[in-house]
Amino acid sequence: MPVLKTEGLTKVFGGLTAVLKCNIEINRGELIGLIGPNGAGKTTLFNLLTGITLPTSGTVELEGKKIQGLRPHVICKNGIARTFQNIRLFKDLTVLDNVKIAMNQHVKYGLHSAFFHNRAYRRTEAEIIEKAGDLLNIFNLYEKRDELAKNLPYGEQRQLEIARALATDPILLLLDEPAAGMNPVETAELTELITKIRRDYDLSILLIEHDMSLVMSICERIYVLDYGVVIAEGIPEEIKSNKRVIEAYLGEEVENA
Amino acid sequence: MRKLIKNRNVRIALILLAVFAVVQILDTVGFIDGYIMGIIARVCINIILAVSLNLITGFTGQFSLGHAGFMSIGAYTCAIITLRYPTVLGFIIGVIMGALCAAIIGVLVGLPTLRLRGDYLAIATLGMAEIIRILFLNMEITNGAAGLIGIPQFVNWAWLFFFTVGTIIIITNFINSAHGRASISIREDEIAAESMGIHTTRSKVTAFTIGAFFAGIAGALYASYFFFLKPELFGFAKSIDVLVIVVFGGLGSISGSVVAAVLLELISSMLQSLVALRMIIYAVLLVVIMIFRPQGLMGSKEISGIMFKGVRERVQSKVRSVGKGKGGEA
Ligand SMILES: Nc1ncnc2c1ncn2[C@@H]1O[C@H](COP(=O)(O)OP(=O)(O)OP(=O)(O)O)[C@@H](O)[C@H]1O
Ligand SMILES: [Mg+2]
Repeated sequence: MPVLKTEGLTKVFGGLTAVLKCNIEINRGELIGLIGPNGAGKTTLFNLLTGITLPTSGTVELEGKKIQGLRPHVICKNGIARTFQNIRLFKDLTVLDNVKIAMNQHVKYGLHSAFFHNRAYRRTEAEIIEKAGDLLNIFNLYEKRDELAKNLPYGEQRQLEIARALATDPILLLLDEPAAGMNPVETAELTELITKIRRDYDLSILLIEHDMSLVMSICERIYVLDYGVVIAEGIPEEIKSNKRVIEAYLGEEVENA
Repeated sequence: MRKLIKNRNVRIALILLAVFAVVQILDTVGFIDGYIMGIIARVCINIILAVSLNLITGFTGQFSLGHAGFMSIGAYTCAIITLRYPTVLGFIIGVIMGALCAAIIGVLVGLPTLRLRGDYLAIATLGMAEIIRILFLNMEITNGAAGLIGIPQFVNWAWLFFFTVGTIIIITNFINSAHGRASISIREDEIAAESMGIHTTRSKVTAFTIGAFFAGIAGALYASYFFFLKPELFGFAKSIDVLVIVVFGGLGSISGSVVAAVLLELISSMLQSLVALRMIIYAVLLVVIMIFRPQGLMGSKEISGIMFKGVRERVQSKVRSVGKGKGGEA
């Protein structure tokens, strides 16, 4: 059974069709790329998968369970976590708090524990801090745990977003342009990190990225979106030589010129 | 590390105990007269109101304009109960019932409006407070515009102290818990919060209901201390008064709310004799402060965070030198 399967997924904004009849399948442990020109509908697809926007039609299945129409927090509990193209950290909170918040759904203590800080509270909080610390260590952010998220350099903010997403304990991780704005050195580090967390956390990953060298080097398969439609799907070599893909990207270059 | 935390709590407890004892002694000796005690009572009640509104507006980021409405529910409930059962037990039941009634109305107003993103809550709470006021104005049990007179006075310094400190501790504890973090994450970024698994509607309603509950307590204390109630006391102006304290002290700072409640009460009682000028001076003062310190007196910082900074830094450096410092939150 695939981890994720969409069928006929469509989103229409007023008169604009952002995503049209998308069929996507991701198997356990796969790292899949999602590429396409600006405005192709990639972020919209992520929003559909995570419940931020409701689909006009079509279905989304996570491990065989239909999840379209569910609220975002429920979808998160079911195992999809994401990062945002335009970083959405909890800016005025510390690095540690950002990760702790993402662990909330595993906190079992009730309101009375919150009010009176009893034993259950103290034990659970100690556990959370330890787990969050471990996670931050992987991203080399442990030393900065008490800094405000907004004071981190850009590259580290992107990394913290990934750490925060991992803290929800997902089975499928959606990364929306994680290398955007990074220099080549940072991008190389990020590439390594993505491969590492996929292995260590037994994750499936869907990755939106404009940096073709990154996509081509680590993705096993790639979906290409243009005007909301999947125009190609295949291994990197196939995509590189696909005529429609080249046209879609050339078209963009001509428009941008 | 354990010891230090314990020490810190012990230190705070000692300070509180000293404050309590000093006022209690001055009161017993007769140094504090009715006028000063009235100021103290208003300060305490305003602290409870401001801290509970800060939970809703400062920490959860939900704009509420009806705090006086919740206060009036607590006040009338407690008054009606103690008028029938004028005993300490009746008073305690009155406070609890007042708080619970306010909380129930909180849920009823919060549930439909807090599902939506945006400032629907502000409009709904504004309307709610007005409806409640008009109901109290027209109901028999509340004696309409004439109000309730001769409510048995049970509230003294001990009760004021107990409820004020209790409110501060419980709300501060809430904020420093997973539930509180969920609330704060909504203020920071609602979309990110729900994408990280936060049940945003539930968190918002919870914070709002807790806020309403404590506003009910404040109302009950008011009824039982000042022994006279009329609907006019709980109009829009009162809600704004509380909001002013919260903004003035700093959205998202409990100690800011406490300090602001004290300062603003002192200022307004100093201006008491200048009735005509009072509101003008008060308003100018607020404008000036907001120009020079728009984030409020404390911003979102806490006094304990500043007072105990030295301790925290020492602990942190120790934790670091030990290595990874498991559970090393200071
Ligand atoms: N909430 C919305 N309301 C109306 N139109 C929208 C909305 N969100 C996205 N769109 C439109 O849908 C189209 C697809 O946008 P989307 O953000 O998904 O593209 P993208 O592939 O992520 O592009 P980029 O590479 O620039 O991030 C665009 O034309 C955009 O203007
Ligand atoms: Mg996008």
